[in-house]
Amino acid sequence: MKSLLSLLPYIKKYKKKLTLGFIFIVLSISFSSLFPLIVGNGIDAIKSGVTSSQIIFYSGMAIVAALIGGFFLYMVRQHIIVVSREIENDLRFDFFSHIVNMPRDFFNKNSTGNIMALATNDINSIREFVGPGIMYTVQTFFRTLLTVSVMLYINPFLAMVALSPLPLISFIVYKVGRMTHARSLKVKESFADLTSKAQENLSGIRVVKSYIREKNEISEFYDISRDYFRKNLSLAKVQSFSFPMMYLLTGVSLVLVIYFGGIEIINNRLTLGNLSTFLIYLGLLTWPMIAFGWIINLTQRAAPSMQRLMMVMNMKPDIADNSETDNKITLDNIEGEIEFKNVSFKYPSGYTDVLKNINLKINKGTTLGIIGHTGSGKTTLINLLSRIYDISEGEILIDGKSIKQIPLRTLREAIGVVPQESFLFSTSIEKNIAYSHDNLDYDKVIEAAKSASLYKDVEQFPEKFQTVVGERGITLSGGQKQRTSIARAIYKNPKVLILDDSLSAVDTHTEEEILNELKKVMKNRTSIIISHRISSIKNANNIIVLDGSAIKEQGTHNELISLGGIYYDLYQKQLLEEEIQES
Amino acid sequence: MAEIKTKNDEQLHKKLDSYLLKRLIAYFKPYTRYIVLAVFLTITVSALAAVRPRLTPIAIDDKIANKDIPGLQTIMLILFGTLMLQGVIQYAMTYLTSWIGQNIIMDLRMKIFEHLQNLHLKFYDKNPVGRLITRVTSDVEVLFDVFSSGLVTAFGDIFTLFWILYFMFTLDWHLGLVTLSILPFLIYATIIFRKKIRVSYSRVRLLISRLNSYLQEHITGVSIVHIFAKEKRTVNEFEEINQEHTRENKRSIFYYAIFFPIVELFLAVSSGLILWYGGGEVIQGAVSLGVLITFIQYSEMFFRPIRDLSEKYNVLQTAMASSERIFTLLDEKPAIVDKKDSVDFEQIKGSIEFKNVWFAYNNDDYVLKDISFNIKEGEKVAFVGATGSGKTTIINLISKFYQINKGKICIDGININDIRQKDLRKNISVVLQDVFLFSGDIEKNITLGNNKITNEAVNHAIDQTGLRYFINSLPDGIHHKVNERGSTFSTGQRQLISFARALAQDPKILILDEATSNIDTTTEMLIQAAIKKLIEGRTSIVIAHRLSTIQTCDKIIVMHKGEIKEMGSHQELLDKRGLYYKLYQLQYKEDVSA
Ligand SMILES: Nc1ncnc2c1ncn2[C@@H]1O[C@H](COP(=O)(O)OP(=O)(O)OP(=O)(O)O)[C@@H](O)[C@H]1O
Ligand SMILES: Nc1ncnc2c1ncn2[C@@H]1O[C@H](COP(=O)(O)OP(=O)(O)OP(=O)(O)O)[C@@H](O)[C@H]1O
Ligand SMILES: [Mg+2]
Ligand SMILES: [Mg+2]
Repeated sequence: MKSLLSLLPYIKKYKKKLTLGFIFIVLSISFSSLFPLIVGNGIDAIKSGVTSSQIIFYSGMAIVAALIGGFFLYMVRQHIIVVSREIENDLRFDFFSHIVNMPRDFFNKNSTGNIMALATNDINSIREFVGPGIMYTVQTFFRTLLTVSVMLYINPFLAMVALSPLPLISFIVYKVGRMTHARSLKVKESFADLTSKAQENLSGIRVVKSYIREKNEISEFYDISRDYFRKNLSLAKVQSFSFPMMYLLTGVSLVLVIYFGGIEIINNRLTLGNLSTFLIYLGLLTWPMIAFGWIINLTQRAAPSMQRLMMVMNMKPDIADNSETDNKITLDNIEGEIEFKNVSFKYPSGYTDVLKNINLKINKGTTLGIIGHTGSGKTTLINLLSRIYDISEGEILIDGKSIKQIPLRTLREAIGVVPQESFLFSTSIEKNIAYSHDNLDYDKVIEAAKSASLYKDVEQFPEKFQTVVGERGITLSGGQKQRTSIARAIYKNPKVLILDDSLSAVDTHTEEEILNELKKVMKNRTSIIISHRISSIKNANNIIVLDGSAIKEQGTHNELISLGGIYYDLYQKQLLEEEIQES
Repeated sequence: MAEIKTKNDEQLHKKLDSYLLKRLIAYFKPYTRYIVLAVFLTITVSALAAVRPRLTPIAIDDKIANKDIPGLQTIMLILFGTLMLQGVIQYAMTYLTSWIGQNIIMDLRMKIFEHLQNLHLKFYDKNPVGRLITRVTSDVEVLFDVFSSGLVTAFGDIFTLFWILYFMFTLDWHLGLVTLSILPFLIYATIIFRKKIRVSYSRVRLLISRLNSYLQEHITGVSIVHIFAKEKRTVNEFEEINQEHTRENKRSIFYYAIFFPIVELFLAVSSGLILWYGGGEVIQGAVSLGVLITFIQYSEMFFRPIRDLSEKYNVLQTAMASSERIFTLLDEKPAIVDKKDSVDFEQIKGSIEFKNVWFAYNNDDYVLKDISFNIKEGEKVAFVGATGSGKTTIINLISKFYQINKGKICIDGININDIRQKDLRKNISVVLQDVFLFSGDIEKNITLGNNKITNEAVNHAIDQTGLRYFINSLPDGIHHKVNERGSTFSTGQRQLISFARALAQDPKILILDEATSNIDTTTEMLIQAAIKKLIEGRTSIVIAHRLSTIQTCDKIIVMHKGEIKEMGSHQELLDKRGLYYKLYQLQYKEDVSA
């Protein structure tokens, strides 16, 4: 329940509209309760004999009352329910803005399916509480207040009798509420699992199909569905309780009132007429009581969702601008001299240092080549530079300033990365290439595509650069995807260009073409090239060999060859391969 | 960036409601007995509910008026008893309907999921994952209300309606007709409303689908958003869809806000008419006042179920909007289906033949043109060629992921159209160019839950791919947790795991599509040495841009723009001094000059 308090700021934003809504509720209830009164008076009038014009008057009055009541009902919905949709919108917006700014580590820990479930399913539960929940709470409260005061006015003793199950009701509401809360939390979590499973299965459908795992997937999905089914029923067990319970309790009230009222009459302390009127009002209380049970359910379904949501919302993105940030640093005054000073790094979920005591300097406008075993920390090293993760020890400097001083956005805008795995958005190729800029310069797109040796391929597509690719770029070949990703980084025109094993999916011929083109692009630009092939990095100004979390060798190609160490060994192996091939 | 072809989503086959309803009702069939029980319980509850208003006057007029305290106590006990009974039955009924609803929802969800597993890849090329997730999750969820309380209580309402109608007409059919006179207007209003709300709901569902697709895509691609510092734009794009969703919802709120008061108004008009007409009759002495009063009470009892029904009708509209989407998906025919008279095919030998194969992913935009080649059993063949020349496509065709346009593909001399997909793929292991890991642990990613794969096979595969070193460095070894897509491993490590997965299957045909592209030279050489032994006696196909990896192949096929340009052994091709020679020269020269 407490978690719902976090909704207050959202509700406050619509204070005016909600207050109006409350007033309309009161008005609509007042007018709709007028209706039976008019009909009653009409009948009384008929009883005492009236003209037909008077009857028309009463009928007309009844209709007019209903008309006005209806208008207010319309206003109620247009205010309160509309506000609930606005709040839903705000919540989702805030949630997504928050998520997008969370660091990578967050996404390693939270499955896509779970985030999706939060953004749709959970926020929807909260909305159901905000709109109908608030509307019916106010209605119920007002109705109850009205009826109870009338009852107290008619006969305080009987009113007390009628209200005597109240403590019991409160207790049950409390108990049922808590159980609903716990069970409904489980339902929400299970729904997130269900979404995650579907998300993974559908994203990996190519693997599922090629290894004929369909049956297995179905049975795993069945288990999760079944679990969801069970959790839902366990919730239903409690929820089904509230409606009959409330109904029963109001019934008990009635029985008690008749019984004690009867005794009062027998003892001549009450008239029969009084009791009848009292009973009619007690009857009016039935519906609000049942609605009350329903509201409890809504609330307790929303609270766990809010709790889940707040858990994410309360996580502070630990990689963000803070007091250290120097906002005077802009993109224009970044030169691109990079220095790693005693950098050590351990992944938040890792258990050993992936990088230890890295010292490295890349002069402005030069190229650094990185080579090293699978898993030696090459990607990690460049991720640290763009602050995808923050280092645990040491310092990384750009132009002599710690990267923590540079506004995050500026830092990332200054660095152009071609990630090791190509990810494209499901939009046109041109928009993918121009992703870094908000407006698309077609000439620049073509230029970038040419630099990445992509132009000829795309020209052959029927829709050329307007070709829309599938999710992740699925409808392109491996090499085409990778080159689009290269073109995207070139289009960005960054101060520092990083290629992370970015020629792995292209043939030798294309590789050479791209390397030649890149020479032009990288001229006067600091760049880092990671590769397993010596051929791609041999021309770099400086080459480092990463091994066992440290820089083992460093120097130019020729220096490293004459060193006769790991690099030389690799070189020999790659040469050998060619020789075998020749024989 | 959300230009996910929404057209497809919007082009729903407009189906008749009666047709949709019929299909929905089919899902009720297995639970007919329970539904009958639930309806019976509903009717019992409403019958019990009638007891109270009958007993109360007796208690008051009879017992209290006669100061009969024991009598009063008896009546109170009976009343209390019925209340309890009513509560219990009500509880049972509510739970039962939830149970029925959840069951049907689960059946339908499983059906959609199973159907999705059978759909062809071309479908997946075109449909964003987020949209399909919506079908399996929230679109189904929307149906719950209909499947549970909705239908059952509607039965109850209709029952009550007829019951009251009967009383009204036996009491005074003139007044009965007056009460009913608003019904045509009510029905007319409902029809108009239905159309509006349906369109609106349909849009809401579409937008939820889009929200999900956008989320799915941008969460999985969040690293790109980050490295390009495009958080703001991403949020703005998301907000656009979000706003549109809100706008559409507000529109349906507006329709509701109008519809409900209108229903109330009609009911008030009806009461007014009764008062006016009945009052006139009373004055003329044609009807007694008592009858009029009773009638007004009846009319109120008559309107309650009508109100409920009109509300349920709306719930039904939401459900219809969802089920339209669901059934459109279920009607999507898998493009590749096994023939009934497929050849039984347990163990294959492993020869592959392409005969004049033409293939296009879209229309007649041919990606493969007149491809013919022959791979003998146990042969080792390599495909080389520029990127985008169609190598991966050939592999997709061997596993029958796409249907060819012209020509014929045979395995062991049998047309693959006559082989069941399952039998075919069982014998082929492909290391896909795009690595995909599932969340779980490393072992599960290698076996993929196939318990026919022994521990030895898994360990063997790990040794052969050089994964051992990495796995030993992990505290939980082979049971080390894998996150979604393996996000906490290096790219090379991921590729090795996917490689090990293929080897563990012990396939007759092994296909490696750029299987070592992200792996360092040392490990790569290790794997090659290991594999040499492994592929003896198996057919293997290798795609690699590094010519070094294909050195010892029996046959090399050179592709260029979807055509086979050259074919032969390494030496033959070199002697030919054609495309391959050029490619080779380039790489060789480059590495030597290094
Ligand atoms: N998010 C993470 N959490 C924990 N460990 C990680 C994470 N990402 C990478 N690692 C581990 O850190 C090590 C270095 O990974 P990194 O991706 O930097 O390797 P790499 O040198 O780029 O390898 P490759 O050549 O395969 O791309 C690996 O052992 C990897 O398993
Ligand atoms: N699912 C798809 N839908 C539409 N077109 C596709 C699809 N997959 C590939 N293509 C197109 O078909 C052509 C051949 O692609 P394919 O993946 O077979 O190339 P490839 O030879 O494997 O190239 P690479 O070496 O880059 O992996 C390319 O032009 C590509 O854009
Ligand atoms: Mg890497
Ligand atoms: Mg390919």
